[in-house]
Amino acid sequence: MYQYNDFDSAFLAERNRQFRAQVDRRIDGSLTEDEFRPLRLMNGLYLQLHAYMLRVAIPYGTLSSAQMDTLALLAEKWDKGYGHFTTRQNIQYNWPKLKDVPDMLDALGDVNMHAIQTSGNTIRNVTADHFSGAAADEVADPRPVAELIRQWSTDHPEFQSMPRKFKIAVSGAIENDRAVIKAHDIGIYIVKNDAGELGYQIVVGGGLGRTPMIGKVLKDFVSQEDLLSYLEATVSVWNQIGRRDNKYKARIKITVHEHGIEDILERVEERFQMIRPTFEGFDLELYAEIEKFFAAPAFRNVPTDAFDAAYEADTMFRSWVDANLTAHKQADYSIVTISLKKHGETPGDATAEQMRAMAELARQYGHDELRISHEQNVILPHVHKSDLPAIYAALKEHDLHTANIGLISDIIACPGMDYCALATARSIPVAQQIATRFDELKIEHDIGHLQIKISGCINACGHHHVGHIGILGLDRAGVENYQITLGGDATNSAAVGQRVGPGFAYDEIVPAIERTVKGYLELREDENETFLETYNRVGLAPFKGYIYPEAQANAA
Amino acid sequence: MPRAFTPKVITANHLLEGDVIYMTDSGEWSRELSEAVLLTEQADAELRLIEAQQQTAVTVGAYLADAKEGEDGKPVPTHFREEFRRVGPSNYFHGKQAEA
Repeated sequence: MYQYNDFDSAFLAERNRQFRAQVDRRIDGSLTEDEFRPLRLMNGLYLQLHAYMLRVAIPYGTLSSAQMDTLALLAEKWDKGYGHFTTRQNIQYNWPKLKDVPDMLDALGDVNMHAIQTSGNTIRNVTADHFSGAAADEVADPRPVAELIRQWSTDHPEFQSMPRKFKIAVSGAIENDRAVIKAHDIGIYIVKNDAGELGYQIVVGGGLGRTPMIGKVLKDFVSQEDLLSYLEATVSVWNQIGRRDNKYKARIKITVHEHGIEDILERVEERFQMIRPTFEGFDLELYAEIEKFFAAPAFRNVPTDAFDAAYEADTMFRSWVDANLTAHKQADYSIVTISLKKHGETPGDATAEQMRAMAELARQYGHDELRISHEQNVILPHVHKSDLPAIYAALKEHDLHTANIGLISDIIACPGMDYCALATARSIPVAQQIATRFDELKIEHDIGHLQIKISGCINACGHHHVGHIGILGLDRAGVENYQITLGGDATNSAAVGQRVGPGFAYDEIVPAIERTVKGYLELREDENETFLETYNRVGLAPFKGYIYPEAQANAA
Repeated sequence: MPRAFTPKVITANHLLEGDVIYMTDSGEWSRELSEAVLLTEQADAELRLIEAQQQTAVTVGAYLADAKEGEDGKPVPTHFREEFRRVGPSNYFHGKQAEA
């Protein structure tokens, strides 16, 4: 894992000192709210419905156990005992007091963490595949390059006042995109060219929100030495021609849409030629330094008998293994996804006690590494199979053993109107009720892989556009109303879901989802055909009959 | 034709705590909507909003929120957003509902 050097630590300490003084000046009245607001947003501090909210970056979703312990400390000491992991590998605290925030930031600084650029019109937290460095299917670990981009983009003088926010994600597994690359302003796939050299495919102009767009390939292959200058050229072109006149047209997806990808490419290439000589190879030296921090851990080579025996003997353990484990690149190791989606609970929330338990598991069994996924779960990326029974037993003690990864109750949900000042409807209770309902029906495992994603407003933090089933909560004449979309896809074959028809009231949405799923179970060819495969084969029309049975009856 | 004025309360977030506050008849701030003054005259509402917005040492983001007179004569929200602000989130017993 990357460790801050003296420069990083001094930079962060100075920034935190400045913000402490800014908070003091706001409290003593020297700063007005208009003056203070941009300063607090630069440091991740929002004001939401019921309280302030501090959004802390977890760069490329990677945490050490000491960092997770500190996240627990913040939850316990300055919040209400829990934190909310978000869809962009951040953690949000929903109840901090203004005067405590500088202390929270200092505590984070002690473990190389911060909240810088988690808000505002800047380059936001750089996200990555949550199985980075562990997945059997990646060509290279994307974290070193994500760290390089984090350092380049942090406090970058040209990119502190852009037309709008800017989100970058990196994946090393183009065939199995787990980082929603094509829904980012810039998405990066690490690829190999014909000569076998590693480089980067640059995707640009993706994004969700009110105008969902799937990103387009800007350049098939950019070499390591050209990467930062190419990114800088791309952001720079948009920074200059992006629509500052209209907030809703300011994101790069609109710029790409209006100008066309060829025009953008031409402008980027021209700018790139100008910028490239200014880099002088320092970025390559820095990359080489960073890469050393991400060496693979010392994997053990011991028998897996304990795992094999438990898998045979314990059906609950077997069910969890089958649902929550992913193939590791190292034989006899597994990637463990810890579900933060216990049926009926808030997606992505973990208590301080649960955070400490997960940190302890990482320390004891997981080479001190944890990951946070944009799907709002926690990952132990390197676990020897012989340790899995002990890990499962420990997770069970802390109510973290739900076996539902990739299933219908593993729902992404934004905070919605329970917390968010922008929301138009609630998302969390809808997620809770869907998970509870399908748990009661006991058909979750029969349904198989199915992603439901819920947003409480058109800004789409809950990624509803790319959910196999997407749910969007709106305010219709003063009442919560929920629209369903079907067929969204968050992977390399990314697609925006299609709206099925009129929305549903709060108390009608869960039954409508149940009818949708019942429709799938009847429409699928066999149990191996997933929801998305069935949808792609039969299209929207047959589902409508299930979702709106009355309309169907009236038409008959 | 301009829309008829509907009754309002003045609400904001508290600078230090961040929690929801309401202006009372005497111009003080309360954590309870039931203690808010219900403003039925547009001119009065707009004037008092300016006063609220000037109290920058106490308030952040003061605005006029729709409300109506409840059965006990005290203001109640007319929109679900204001109901959540009055009570707290629905997934945990946190916020105002836990402090009452």
